[in-house]
Amino acid sequence: MAAVSSIPVFDELAVGDVVAERDFPLTRDSLVRYAGASGDFNPIHYRDDVAASVGLPGVLAHGMLTMGLAVQPVVDWAGDPGRIADYQVRFTRPVVVDPVDGATVTVTAKVGQLDADARVARIDLTVKLGDDTVLGKAQVRVALG
Amino acid sequence: MNPELQGRVFPPAEPYLVGREKVREFARAVFATNPVNLDVEAAQAAGYADVVAPPTFAVVVQEHTLAQLLAEPDAGIDFSRVVHGDQRFTSTRPIVAGDLLTATLTVASVKTLGPHSMVTAESAITDAAGEHVVTAISTLVVRGDE
Repeated sequence: MAAVSSIPVFDELAVGDVVAERDFPLTRDSLVRYAGASGDFNPIHYRDDVAASVGLPGVLAHGMLTMGLAVQPVVDWAGDPGRIADYQVRFTRPVVVDPVDGATVTVTAKVGQLDADARVARIDLTVKLGDDTVLGKAQVRVALG
Repeated sequence: MNPELQGRVFPPAEPYLVGREKVREFARAVFATNPVNLDVEAAQAAGYADVVAPPTFAVVVQEHTLAQLLAEPDAGIDFSRVVHGDQRFTSTRPIVAGDLLTATLTVASVKTLGPHSMVTAESAITDAAGEHVVTAISTLVVRGDE
Protein backbone atom coordinates (compact mmCIF):
# COMPACT_ATOMS: atom_id res chain seq x y z
CA MET A 1 0.00 0.00 0.00
CA ALA A 2 1.03 3.57 -0.55
CA ALA A 3 2.37 5.50 2.36
CA VAL A 4 0.32 8.30 3.87
CA SER A 5 -0.25 10.61 0.96
CA SER A 6 1.52 13.93 0.83
CA ILE A 7 1.26 16.50 -1.92
CA PRO A 8 4.43 17.00 -3.96
CA VAL A 9 5.60 20.60 -3.68
CA PHE A 10 5.52 22.19 -7.13
CA ASP A 11 8.31 24.69 -6.43
CA GLU A 12 10.70 21.90 -5.40
CA LEU A 13 10.39 20.07 -8.74
CA ALA A 14 12.90 20.32 -11.58
CA VAL A 15 12.65 19.08 -15.14
CA GLY A 16 14.36 15.70 -15.35
CA ASP A 17 13.62 14.65 -11.76
CA VAL A 18 12.62 10.99 -11.52
CA VAL A 19 9.54 11.06 -9.28
CA ALA A 20 8.57 7.37 -9.37
CA GLU A 21 9.65 3.97 -10.64
CA ARG A 22 7.89 0.63 -10.44
CA ASP A 23 8.01 -2.84 -11.99
CA PHE A 24 4.79 -4.63 -12.89
CA PRO A 25 5.12 -8.40 -13.29
CA LEU A 26 2.21 -9.46 -15.52
CA THR A 27 0.90 -13.00 -15.86
CA ARG A 28 -1.96 -14.45 -17.86
CA ASP A 29 -3.98 -14.12 -14.65
CA SER A 30 -3.46 -10.35 -14.81
CA LEU A 31 -4.95 -10.29 -18.30
CA VAL A 32 -8.00 -12.33 -17.32
CA ARG A 33 -8.52 -10.08 -14.32
CA TYR A 34 -8.35 -6.96 -16.50
CA ALA A 35 -10.68 -8.50 -19.08
CA GLY A 36 -13.31 -9.02 -16.39
CA ALA A 37 -12.82 -5.63 -14.77
CA SER A 38 -12.91 -3.69 -18.05
CA GLY A 39 -15.34 -5.79 -20.07
CA ASP A 40 -12.79 -6.18 -22.91
CA PHE A 41 -13.07 -9.88 -23.74
CA ASN A 42 -11.15 -9.85 -27.02
CA PRO A 43 -9.72 -13.42 -27.04
CA ILE A 44 -6.29 -12.28 -28.29
CA HIS A 45 -5.75 -11.37 -24.62
CA TYR A 46 -6.21 -14.91 -23.29
CA ARG A 47 -6.21 -17.51 -26.10
CA ASP A 48 -2.98 -18.59 -27.79
CA ASP A 49 -4.81 -20.20 -30.71
CA VAL A 50 -6.76 -17.03 -31.51
CA ALA A 51 -3.64 -14.84 -31.16
CA ALA A 52 -1.75 -17.14 -33.54
CA SER A 53 -4.61 -17.24 -36.03
CA VAL A 54 -4.42 -13.44 -36.52
CA GLY A 55 -0.65 -13.49 -36.86
CA LEU A 56 0.34 -12.25 -33.40
CA PRO A 57 3.55 -13.48 -31.73
CA GLY A 58 1.52 -14.54 -28.67
CA VAL A 59 -1.21 -13.50 -26.25
CA LEU A 60 -0.99 -9.74 -25.68
CA ALA A 61 -1.73 -7.59 -22.67
CA HIS A 62 -4.60 -5.17 -23.30
CA GLY A 63 -3.13 -1.80 -24.33
CA MET A 64 -5.50 -0.22 -21.83
CA LEU A 65 -4.08 -2.46 -19.07
CA THR A 66 -0.58 -1.19 -19.83
CA MET A 67 -1.91 2.39 -19.92
CA GLY A 68 -3.84 1.85 -16.70
CA LEU A 69 -0.96 0.46 -14.67
CA ALA A 70 1.68 2.84 -16.05
CA VAL A 71 0.01 5.85 -14.39
CA GLN A 72 -0.21 4.21 -10.97
CA PRO A 73 3.27 5.25 -9.76
CA VAL A 74 2.28 8.84 -10.63
CA VAL A 75 -1.02 8.52 -8.75
CA ASP A 76 0.85 7.36 -5.66
CA TRP A 77 3.41 10.15 -6.04
CA ALA A 78 0.67 12.76 -6.51
CA GLY A 79 -1.14 11.34 -3.48
CA ASP A 80 -4.60 11.54 -5.03
CA PRO A 81 -5.98 10.31 -8.38
CA GLY A 82 -7.97 13.55 -8.50
CA ARG A 83 -4.78 15.45 -9.31
CA ILE A 84 -4.42 13.65 -12.64
CA ALA A 85 -5.88 16.23 -15.03
CA ASP A 86 -4.86 14.68 -18.33
CA TYR A 87 -3.24 11.42 -19.41
CA GLN A 88 -2.35 10.33 -22.90
CA VAL A 89 -0.38 7.53 -24.55
CA ARG A 90 0.41 6.09 -27.95
CA PHE A 91 0.45 2.31 -28.27
CA THR A 92 3.70 1.62 -30.09
CA ARG A 93 4.55 -2.03 -29.38
CA PRO A 94 2.56 -4.98 -28.06
CA VAL A 95 3.30 -6.61 -24.69
CA VAL A 96 3.47 -10.36 -25.26
CA VAL A 97 2.72 -12.28 -22.05
CA ASP A 98 4.30 -15.72 -21.89
CA PRO A 99 2.00 -18.38 -20.36
CA VAL A 100 4.75 -19.58 -17.98
CA ASP A 101 7.12 -16.66 -17.48
CA GLY A 102 4.69 -13.75 -17.88
CA ALA A 103 6.18 -10.36 -18.76
CA THR A 104 7.49 -7.53 -16.60
CA VAL A 105 6.62 -3.97 -17.58
CA THR A 106 8.86 -1.29 -16.06
CA VAL A 107 7.73 2.28 -15.57
CA THR A 108 9.91 5.33 -14.95
CA ALA A 109 8.18 8.67 -14.33
CA LYS A 110 10.14 11.87 -14.88
CA VAL A 111 9.27 15.56 -14.77
CA GLY A 112 9.04 16.62 -18.43
CA GLN A 113 7.74 20.17 -18.16
CA LEU A 114 6.60 22.60 -15.46
CA ASP A 115 3.84 25.16 -16.01
CA ALA A 116 4.37 27.62 -13.17
CA ASP A 117 1.25 29.71 -13.95
CA ALA A 118 -1.13 26.74 -13.90
CA ARG A 119 0.98 24.85 -11.31
CA VAL A 120 0.75 21.77 -13.48
CA ALA A 121 3.63 19.30 -13.79
CA ARG A 122 3.86 17.24 -16.95
CA ILE A 123 5.20 13.84 -16.00
CA ASP A 124 6.65 11.80 -18.85
CA LEU A 125 6.50 8.03 -18.56
CA THR A 126 9.03 5.60 -19.97
CA VAL A 127 7.27 2.25 -20.20
CA LYS A 128 9.36 -0.74 -21.23
CA LEU A 129 9.28 -4.47 -21.71
CA GLY A 130 12.94 -5.44 -21.44
CA ASP A 131 14.75 -2.99 -23.73
CA ASP A 132 11.69 -2.17 -25.83
CA THR A 133 9.53 0.89 -25.28
CA VAL A 134 5.85 -0.11 -25.45
CA LEU A 135 4.13 3.27 -24.98
CA GLY A 136 5.04 6.45 -26.84
CA LYS A 137 4.30 10.05 -25.87
CA ALA A 138 3.07 8.83 -22.49
CA GLN A 139 2.35 12.06 -20.62
CA VAL A 140 0.48 12.79 -17.41
CA ARG A 141 -0.55 16.29 -16.42
CA VAL A 142 -0.68 16.57 -12.63
CA ALA A 143 -2.38 19.58 -11.06
CA LEU A 144 -0.45 20.65 -7.96
CA GLY A 145 -2.11 24.02 -7.37
CA MET B 1 -13.94 4.19 -44.02
CA ASN B 2 -16.63 6.72 -44.76
CA PRO B 3 -15.06 10.24 -44.66
CA GLU B 4 -18.50 11.75 -44.06
CA LEU B 5 -18.33 10.36 -40.51
CA GLN B 6 -16.23 13.37 -39.55
CA GLY B 7 -18.23 15.67 -37.29
CA ARG B 8 -20.98 13.16 -36.65
CA VAL B 9 -22.43 13.27 -33.12
CA PHE B 10 -24.01 10.07 -31.82
CA PRO B 11 -27.00 9.87 -29.49
CA PRO B 12 -25.94 9.69 -25.81
CA ALA B 13 -25.25 6.13 -24.65
CA GLU B 14 -27.40 4.60 -21.92
CA PRO B 15 -26.36 6.09 -18.54
CA TYR B 16 -23.71 4.13 -16.62
CA LEU B 17 -24.01 3.85 -12.83
CA VAL B 18 -20.56 3.55 -11.25
CA GLY B 19 -20.59 0.84 -8.58
CA ARG B 20 -18.22 0.80 -5.60
CA GLU B 21 -17.19 -2.81 -6.14
CA LYS B 22 -16.64 -2.16 -9.87
CA VAL B 23 -14.25 0.66 -8.98
CA ARG B 24 -12.38 -1.64 -6.58
CA GLU B 25 -12.29 -4.47 -9.12
CA PHE B 26 -10.93 -2.15 -11.82
CA ALA B 27 -8.45 -0.57 -9.39
CA ARG B 28 -7.04 -3.99 -8.47
CA ALA B 29 -6.84 -4.97 -12.14
CA VAL B 30 -4.62 -1.96 -12.95
CA PHE B 31 -2.42 -2.54 -9.86
CA ALA B 32 -3.69 0.57 -8.05
CA THR B 33 -2.36 0.80 -4.52
CA ASN B 34 -3.67 4.20 -3.46
CA PRO B 35 -6.14 3.80 -0.56
CA VAL B 36 -8.41 6.45 -2.13
CA ASN B 37 -9.15 3.92 -4.91
CA LEU B 38 -10.04 1.09 -2.54
CA ASP B 39 -11.02 2.29 0.90
CA VAL B 40 -14.18 4.33 1.53
CA GLU B 41 -12.84 5.96 4.70
CA ALA B 42 -9.61 7.00 2.97
CA ALA B 43 -11.60 8.42 0.06
CA GLN B 44 -13.88 10.36 2.39
CA ALA B 45 -10.90 11.65 4.37
CA ALA B 46 -9.57 12.99 1.04
CA GLY B 47 -12.88 14.79 0.44
CA TYR B 48 -14.67 12.34 -1.88
CA ALA B 49 -18.13 10.86 -1.40
CA ASP B 50 -16.90 7.30 -2.10
CA VAL B 51 -13.99 5.38 -3.63
CA VAL B 52 -12.31 7.15 -6.56
CA ALA B 53 -11.84 5.39 -9.90
CA PRO B 54 -8.36 5.14 -11.46
CA PRO B 55 -7.63 7.66 -14.27
CA THR B 56 -8.32 5.12 -17.05
CA PHE B 57 -11.66 3.84 -15.68
CA ALA B 58 -13.50 6.12 -18.12
CA VAL B 59 -12.65 3.59 -20.84
CA VAL B 60 -15.37 1.33 -19.43
CA VAL B 61 -17.95 4.07 -20.02
CA GLN B 62 -16.43 5.13 -23.34
CA GLU B 63 -16.57 1.55 -24.63
CA HIS B 64 -20.35 1.74 -25.10
CA THR B 65 -19.96 4.74 -27.40
CA LEU B 66 -17.19 3.09 -29.45
CA ALA B 67 -19.53 0.13 -29.93
CA GLN B 68 -22.05 2.60 -31.43
CA LEU B 69 -19.42 3.86 -33.87
CA LEU B 70 -18.30 0.39 -34.96
CA ALA B 71 -21.93 -0.69 -35.43
CA GLU B 72 -22.85 2.37 -37.52
CA PRO B 73 -24.14 0.92 -40.79
CA ASP B 74 -22.48 3.46 -43.10
CA ALA B 75 -19.18 3.72 -41.15
CA GLY B 76 -17.41 1.02 -43.15
CA ILE B 77 -15.19 0.02 -40.21
CA ASP B 78 -14.10 -3.64 -40.23
CA PHE B 79 -13.61 -4.39 -36.51
CA SER B 80 -11.12 -7.20 -37.23
CA ARG B 81 -8.79 -4.60 -38.81
CA VAL B 82 -8.99 -2.05 -36.01
CA VAL B 83 -5.86 -1.28 -33.97
CA HIS B 84 -5.90 1.09 -31.00
CA GLY B 85 -3.42 3.86 -31.86
CA ASP B 86 -3.71 6.55 -29.19
CA GLN B 87 -5.72 7.15 -26.07
CA ARG B 88 -6.25 10.23 -23.95
CA PHE B 89 -8.34 11.22 -20.93
CA THR B 90 -8.90 14.89 -20.12
CA SER B 91 -10.56 15.27 -16.74
CA THR B 92 -12.47 17.99 -14.96
CA ARG B 93 -12.77 15.75 -11.90
CA PRO B 94 -12.18 12.06 -11.15
CA ILE B 95 -15.00 9.49 -11.43
CA VAL B 96 -16.34 8.49 -8.01
CA ALA B 97 -18.52 5.49 -7.07
CA GLY B 98 -22.16 6.54 -7.21
CA ASP B 99 -21.74 8.70 -10.31
CA LEU B 100 -24.38 8.29 -13.01
CA LEU B 101 -22.47 8.99 -16.20
CA THR B 102 -23.63 9.68 -19.73
CA ALA B 103 -21.22 9.49 -22.67
CA THR B 104 -21.74 11.19 -26.01
CA LEU B 105 -19.44 10.38 -28.92
CA THR B 106 -18.33 12.84 -31.58
CA VAL B 107 -16.19 11.79 -34.53
CA ALA B 108 -13.49 14.47 -34.34
CA SER B 109 -11.61 13.46 -37.48
CA VAL B 110 -11.26 10.88 -40.21
CA LYS B 111 -7.93 10.69 -42.04
CA THR B 112 -6.47 8.46 -44.71
CA LEU B 113 -2.80 7.45 -44.66
CA GLY B 114 -2.04 5.35 -47.71
CA PRO B 115 -4.10 2.16 -47.42
CA HIS B 116 -4.93 2.86 -43.77
CA SER B 117 -7.58 5.05 -42.18
CA MET B 118 -7.54 6.78 -38.82
CA VAL B 119 -10.58 7.85 -36.89
CA THR B 120 -10.42 9.99 -33.77
CA ALA B 121 -13.46 9.59 -31.53
CA GLU B 122 -14.12 11.87 -28.57
CA SER B 123 -16.54 10.68 -25.89
CA ALA B 124 -17.60 13.47 -23.55
CA ILE B 125 -18.75 12.05 -20.22
CA THR B 126 -21.06 14.07 -17.98
CA ASP B 127 -22.61 13.40 -14.58
CA ALA B 128 -26.25 13.38 -13.47
CA ALA B 129 -26.17 17.17 -13.10
CA GLY B 130 -24.94 17.51 -16.69
CA GLU B 131 -21.49 18.68 -15.57
CA HIS B 132 -18.41 17.56 -17.50
CA VAL B 133 -16.38 14.81 -15.78
CA VAL B 134 -13.92 13.54 -18.38
CA THR B 135 -13.49 13.29 -22.13
CA ALA B 136 -12.05 10.04 -23.46
CA ILE B 137 -10.37 10.34 -26.84
CA SER B 138 -9.37 7.33 -28.92
CA THR B 139 -7.60 7.18 -32.22
CA LEU B 140 -8.35 3.94 -34.00
CA VAL B 141 -6.31 2.81 -36.98
CA VAL B 142 -8.15 0.70 -39.52
CA ARG B 143 -5.57 -1.26 -41.48
CA GLY B 144 -6.09 -1.50 -45.19
CA ASP B 145 -4.54 -3.90 -47.67
CA GLU B 146 -0.82 -3.20 -48.04
